[in-house]
Amino acid sequence: MNPFSFLTQMLRIAIPYLFAASGGVIAERAGIISLALEGFMLTGAFTATLGAFYSGSPWIGVLCGILGGLLFGMIHAVATIRYRADQVVVGIAINLLAVGVTRFFLKLAFASSSNSPRINGFPARLSAHGFDNPLLWMGLLVAPVLAFVLYRTRFGLRVRAVGEHPDAAESVGIPVAWVRYVAVALSGMLAGLGGVYLALDQHQFTDQMTAGRGFIAVAAVIFGRWDPIRAALACLLFAAAETLQIQLQGNHLLASQFVEMIPYVLTIVALAGVVGRAIPPAALGKTEH
Amino acid sequence: MTARLREQIEEALFPPVVALLVALICGDLLIMSYGQSPANVYRLLLEGTWGNAYGFGQVLYKATTLTFTGLAVSLGIRAGLFNVGAESQLAAGGFLAALTGLALSPAIPGVIAVPLCMIAAALGGGIVGAVPAFLRVRFGAHEVIVTIMLNFVVLALLNWIIANHLHVPETLHTPEIHAGAIPRLDRFIPAFHGSAANLTILIALLTAAAIWFLLFRTRRGYELRAVGLQPDAAEYGGVGVGGVWFRALTLSGAVAGLGGINYVLGYKHYYEDGFAGGSGFLGIAVALVGRNHPLGVVLAALFFATLSQGGLAIHAFVPKQMVEVLQGVVIIAVAMSVPEVRRALRQARRPASA
Amino acid sequence: MTSPTATSAASAQPAIRMQGIDKSFGPVRANRGASLEVMPGEIHALVGENGAGKSTLMRILGGLMKPDAGKLEVEGRDVTGWSTNDAIAAGIGVVHQHFMLVPTLTVAENIVLGQEPVKSGMFDYAHAVAEVEKLSKETGLTVSADRKVSELSVGEAQRVEILKTLFRGARILVLDEPTAVLSPPEVKELWTVLRRLRESGGTIVLITHRLDEVMDLSDTITIMRAGETIDRLQTASTSPAEIARAMVGREVALMSRQGEAFGVSSESSHADVPLPVSSAYSAALEVNDLVLTGSRHTRVVDGVTFAIQPGEIFGIAGVEGNGQTELIEAIAGLRKAESGSIRVAGHDVSSSDVSERRTAGLSHIPEDRHRRGLILDYSIADNLLLGRQDEFTHRGVLETERIAENAKTQIESFDIRPPSATLPARSLSGGNQQKVVIAREMGHDFTVLLASQPTRGVDVGAIEFIHERLRAARAANKAILLVSAELNEVLALADRVAVMYRGRFAIVMPAAEASEETLGEYMIGTRKESAA
Repeated sequence: MNPFSFLTQMLRIAIPYLFAASGGVIAERAGIISLALEGFMLTGAFTATLGAFYSGSPWIGVLCGILGGLLFGMIHAVATIRYRADQVVVGIAINLLAVGVTRFFLKLAFASSSNSPRINGFPARLSAHGFDNPLLWMGLLVAPVLAFVLYRTRFGLRVRAVGEHPDAAESVGIPVAWVRYVAVALSGMLAGLGGVYLALDQHQFTDQMTAGRGFIAVAAVIFGRWDPIRAALACLLFAAAETLQIQLQGNHLLASQFVEMIPYVLTIVALAGVVGRAIPPAALGKTEH
Repeated sequence: MTARLREQIEEALFPPVVALLVALICGDLLIMSYGQSPANVYRLLLEGTWGNAYGFGQVLYKATTLTFTGLAVSLGIRAGLFNVGAESQLAAGGFLAALTGLALSPAIPGVIAVPLCMIAAALGGGIVGAVPAFLRVRFGAHEVIVTIMLNFVVLALLNWIIANHLHVPETLHTPEIHAGAIPRLDRFIPAFHGSAANLTILIALLTAAAIWFLLFRTRRGYELRAVGLQPDAAEYGGVGVGGVWFRALTLSGAVAGLGGINYVLGYKHYYEDGFAGGSGFLGIAVALVGRNHPLGVVLAALFFATLSQGGLAIHAFVPKQMVEVLQGVVIIAVAMSVPEVRRALRQARRPASA
Repeated sequence: MTSPTATSAASAQPAIRMQGIDKSFGPVRANRGASLEVMPGEIHALVGENGAGKSTLMRILGGLMKPDAGKLEVEGRDVTGWSTNDAIAAGIGVVHQHFMLVPTLTVAENIVLGQEPVKSGMFDYAHAVAEVEKLSKETGLTVSADRKVSELSVGEAQRVEILKTLFRGARILVLDEPTAVLSPPEVKELWTVLRRLRESGGTIVLITHRLDEVMDLSDTITIMRAGETIDRLQTASTSPAEIARAMVGREVALMSRQGEAFGVSSESSHADVPLPVSSAYSAALEVNDLVLTGSRHTRVVDGVTFAIQPGEIFGIAGVEGNGQTELIEAIAGLRKAESGSIRVAGHDVSSSDVSERRTAGLSHIPEDRHRRGLILDYSIADNLLLGRQDEFTHRGVLETERIAENAKTQIESFDIRPPSATLPARSLSGGNQQKVVIAREMGHDFTVLLASQPTRGVDVGAIEFIHERLRAARAANKAILLVSAELNEVLALADRVAVMYRGRFAIVMPAAEASEETLGEYMIGTRKESAA
């Protein structure tokens, strides 16, 4: 097993997690539970495929993917912020909706129940090992940029205030709902980008292609204690475990199902506080003010 | 009818009515985008579900599983807990029921075998439900995330067991179970010939009645609802909140697990990997639309089952995926309308002190 | 101390003028034609009971809500219906009763929140800290700019709140019940700050229901009752009795003892008979050396010992936050004590749970009825079971007939309105909700009653009803432990009074010998009981 190929494969696996987890962090720090990352990702993947297919350009695909994630993000935002619907329920519903909508339009646009036709990704030279993919670099930079925004900008300060004590924020004239809308919209776009990467990397859209990655991102957010850098490290950890399993496949050290379980088990352990407590933002999940 | 009763009914019915309206409107749009006439398609949907015996049988079959998962989720919510793990609890229940069925000799009469398998099913779901229950009570770990994570763990585990040890070659299911088979409805009502509907329906209805009785007529139910509504007051009233949470979530898992017998004993007579097919998650929708009341859950289960079966009936005209879209839309619509209704009614009811 | 009064009405225009303000929430009319006139540079007290409409009026002033009718003028400008941002920009600063501070952020971050200094696109934290320190020095409000709010004391947090408003250029300060959570020395500090602010030209509106504060500090008083403005008085030329009358609308027994400080007579309201020491069994309630540790390993209750005889009301006075809440919860069984013992009618209940203590004869009126005492979505009938549901159960099943009967009886004897057992508790007024709690806790046989803030948030009529019930219970030989933040209430009802200060009883004395001044000094901690 060659460390370089390990690294490149690990990054390839980690990029969707990095995007989605960053989206999860910003939304949850603003107080909105983020279980719809899976749905945002899937939608982003599909709209990116549509865009890339009809235009032939991967960048148009990226744009469409972002818009798709944004659209679903806004549905989530309106339902939970304006109408105060239960955030867990809406999150799960968005995931179901994304599956249904992508399947429906997959049939409508491409007359298939399983996959789209092939699309162009970013031109890739085999020798570059994926490092010539602009999305890869974006994915690596997302977490540090988010950390900067969260801890060094006005907007980030307001996000943190809104997620801990929305009444206090409101009393000083901060538009709480607006801040949350932006945070959720960002989460939709970022998770959507994760889907874009998937679709362009695999050069097509397949039914339910996200396969639970959005939930691994949720796990990373919690395991990373709602901090962008820690969540990113968690993403890398999970990706490393997956890569390890793939590369050791022949050795049957650990069946693939058990490797699959790792992120989830780790998150449960983190929640139980066995390795230090994972305390969420105080106003997370509460929109009654 | 007293004003209070009328208010209760208003608060209970409004969201599902909204759900129906939104589903209709959305359905119209999707159908038309396919160049079909909504009226035609809806007619076809109704004919394919409630309009013929086979279709109706399928609706009953699907509603049965949804009743179990819906009851499970609603029970948790009544105690203030959100059980998102019905999917894996259902699977685990079906699995243990299958194991029991396979272990028992076919010579054992059904009257004994079936209850034994039922107990095993409830046990399977209950064990899976006990994990988040324990973690919540002991560590304060939020059950929403734990159950979501645990879903993946349990399903992966079951997949591994089947794939590596218990499957019939070329498939992902266990060998056929001969002991503990639950008869299909078509044995008693020939019209249902060919449909999967089986006597588990009766068990589902009995379970719903039992849960109703538990919640509203027993002391435990009083305490459980108190914990869900105002845990500090329940504690003040001498109720052990942690104990209630643990029992509620475990029982919730058990009820979901019990639902596994519908497929495993009543329909296919083997356990198949992935048989849960999303019924656990839909149970959340059923609980929501059914307003967490056993009667509402049964009706909501019928609604979603009709949608699901209806999708197959109209497949020639509109892709059945439309139904999946409708499901998502309905859930969001109901979730949005519940707080609004509650707030509006509460404004109207507020007393004369500001 | 000079302060501009309303005599020069021609030259001075009101800093605030509100006229004819109407505001309703559904069927509830919080403000009916209310008015307020505050002159610049004065300290103006807005006084009234709970539910009088003061907070609503101030919220309208602060831009948090819009009035249904009426006019709001600030410094001569019509600003009716403005927003919080408008109000802040115009120099109005509101300090809320429940602090609006984000615990995980620092003092400086909290103060500049919403108006954060920016340098090349980034939030300039260093500048924020510098500005906060400068302002702190100027105004004499000492705070540590870089500390997390979660680590501050209550008094410090309040200073941060005030600095927040001053940072935004507030010249008109509105303080909502500012002394509710302060200890007496902190109150004195606050008074100094407010006077200083007045001297530098600020205008201050104080919302309070404490008459003594009003007399001490204010220049002008506006009294509200039931949503209306009743009167506007100059402090120098009025008396507490006049204010109280206006507040309540009738001659009221100002819960004082035998015609003292407030000049209004009241009936002798506590027993003058010597306390019977029963030889039959030990005291009704015995607490021995009770210790409770709090979240930061401090002793919240630090070795409390006392006993209450049957037929006695034992009152605990003290500023909130000195361990009273925890003490009551420990006796009730809702909190675990570190060490010490509790006996009810001779039975040791130190390790018993809540239900067992109830069975031993303990009843508990909790201080927060919405959180502890009632399940608002349950019916009155179901609420009357809370804590006693076992008694109405047969083989696990609830006995619906007996439950309905019980409800009927209690509703009648405690005059709960509206008298409908199936109504959810949520739809009752505060006073009636409290009556449900009291019916439940006092409507059956008990030995010891823990009454914690029994008349909080209750209208005057219900207060009298509740006091009567407590006295009747004493006459029936029950033992009552009364905890109240209203010193007057304690003095009016109790036979013996204890002052709780920093988790201990600073003093215990017969109520007949206690005076507000003496007790006050124990409450502050400036007076300590000499070692016996």
